[in-house]
Amino acid sequence: MNEQHLLEIRDLTIEFALRSGVIRAVDRVSLDIPKGRVTALVGESGSGKSTLASAILNIVSSPGIIKGGSIAFNGSDILKYKANQMQKYRWTDVSMVFQAAQNTLNPVMRIGEQMTETVLSHKKMSREEIVKKASRLLDYVRLEPDRVLKAYPHELSGGMKQRVMIAFSLLLDPQLVIFDEPTTALDVITQDYIFDILQKINREMGITMLLLSHDIAVVARVADRVGVMYAGKLVEIGDTFEIFENPKHPYTAGLIKAAPSLLDDIGKTKSIAGSPPNLLKLPTGCAFHPRCESAKDICRKVAPDLIAVGDGHTAACHLHDPFRKGEKPA
Amino acid sequence: MSSLLELRNVSMIFEQKSGMFGQARTIPALTDVNLEIHPGEIIALVGESGCGKTTLGKVITGLYKATSGELLFYGKNIWSLSKAGFGEYRHSVQLVQQDSYAALNPMRTIFQSLSAPILENKLVKNRKEALDKVSQLLEIVELSPPEQFLEKYPHQLSGGQRQRVLMARAISLNPKLIVADEPVSMVDVSLRLSILNLMASLNRKLGIAFIYITHDLATARYIAQNGRLAVMYLGKIVEQGNMAEVLSNPRHPYLQALLTAVPIPNPRIAKAKRELPLKSLEMPSLLNPPTGCAFHPRCLYASRKCEEEAPPLAPCGNRVIACHHEERVPVWKLASAK
Repeated sequence: MNEQHLLEIRDLTIEFALRSGVIRAVDRVSLDIPKGRVTALVGESGSGKSTLASAILNIVSSPGIIKGGSIAFNGSDILKYKANQMQKYRWTDVSMVFQAAQNTLNPVMRIGEQMTETVLSHKKMSREEIVKKASRLLDYVRLEPDRVLKAYPHELSGGMKQRVMIAFSLLLDPQLVIFDEPTTALDVITQDYIFDILQKINREMGITMLLLSHDIAVVARVADRVGVMYAGKLVEIGDTFEIFENPKHPYTAGLIKAAPSLLDDIGKTKSIAGSPPNLLKLPTGCAFHPRCESAKDICRKVAPDLIAVGDGHTAACHLHDPFRKGEKPA
Repeated sequence: MSSLLELRNVSMIFEQKSGMFGQARTIPALTDVNLEIHPGEIIALVGESGCGKTTLGKVITGLYKATSGELLFYGKNIWSLSKAGFGEYRHSVQLVQQDSYAALNPMRTIFQSLSAPILENKLVKNRKEALDKVSQLLEIVELSPPEQFLEKYPHQLSGGQRQRVLMARAISLNPKLIVADEPVSMVDVSLRLSILNLMASLNRKLGIAFIYITHDLATARYIAQNGRLAVMYLGKIVEQGNMAEVLSNPRHPYLQALLTAVPIPNPRIAKAKRELPLKSLEMPSLLNPPTGCAFHPRCLYASRKCEEEAPPLAPCGNRVIACHHEERVPVWKLASAK
């Protein structure tokens, strides 16, 4: 256990048994979440990032099962927690803002009542104190507390509801907050100030964050560290600048090149060949090989492990494995 | 250049009759929109949710009849065309929507979905000819070999492939214009570019004009790099002109704010974020739109005049802008990497 790591995930594997076969949504993923920093996981739909995040709260939904691995929070494996420990851990230690969370508010309860209920289900606190705390947090996310506490969800815009959800996630002073696509379905301007708010929370309150996103441009702005997932595996992780300026996995490099920017030369933008894999019929060897321009014979046969490719930078790609450099391209 | 399509003072007002005491509420989704579309060009229509861009797409494709104003196709008002003439218009102007799953009948194979319109409109005589034509269409949208797709159902295809099928259907009746409403926002990120490239190649090879409707300025710039950009805010076009020119020197304060908010996939630029040039973060409601210039409550440069009087869309160099105080608005430049 490294003191700098709030969360250490080791060899986590999550499977879904479907009628059509078994899907390995998360495949032996090991990931450290450093204290006080913003870690982002990038991946397309089906890459396993949301399933991984649900495991951190131990709420993997049926028919998903955690087949193996450990998740240590401050050194203790939360997968071994008893029900009462789990109840304390969720929301008090780690909270989450789910995708399209705006729609998870109860439509027939005022925001203030919902916030009070959330606090009381986890700990004892006077209503006065709760209102004080909720007001402070709402103010922090740039909402008018007096108005919002009395409002019903339908009286608020999508961006306001998302800020309410952020305030919710902070109610019990968690150490880690997970944000799953926090700005999907929100406008660009709304997205921009929501990320301003998240950065402020991280810097001023020192809260550790895990951000899940499909959008590499968003990640460039907020994350200190970036992990890239493909077909259930973590294929590359490193410091944000390192990942963008010196990507080692061809998929990471492809994602960066495939993101249209307002600034770059349009001719440099390039799409990734092929389509995302079918998890029921994963390619042999490296799951990315059918889409990879540099694929060699070994890539079709052997799945690569994560290896160090730089300072705090690892990638799962045979092209960077020094012991395999002698291999001839196919 | 003569225009393919011309919108003259097009307004669309929706009426909502519910309400607790049965009072009618009106929603001005479009107000006095003027836009000219030339044959074979690409226009990106950009705005945030609720700005009226989807409504405008539906008006252009003839799915909505505008409350007022004219829609001229080769100079003829489409709302005074004969039934046959209007039918022809609907063939010439096609709509591709965001949700490719909803746009295809889940019980029909790709061949059935693609052959129905060409058989119905007698572009082909029989099933045999239909098969040839559909195969050809699938080749054009790069779903090859076609035999692999003909007998598939929509759920057996990926989002990107379904979007290609929609493009094939849109071009099957030899249209002059395709209105593509957020065609890539539900497609996996690694495939988005390839769909945009397909649209660009249909434009180049078949000479079809495109209106690309989106909230995403980066993809708008990508596809309409040599075309035009029209920016909408609360039912109005606020700035319109050549894409490269407008982006190198955006003049409307709303467009400057929007551009500031676009995430840039480069951490050196993205992390050196600038403040949004806005007075208020909240988007006003269309149910109760602001007086005068709809942007004035959020605008840093607004005056009394902006509260009282809506600015007309007026020429300014090569482009048109709706702003009373264009001269007050500072020059705005995209950040560059150090």
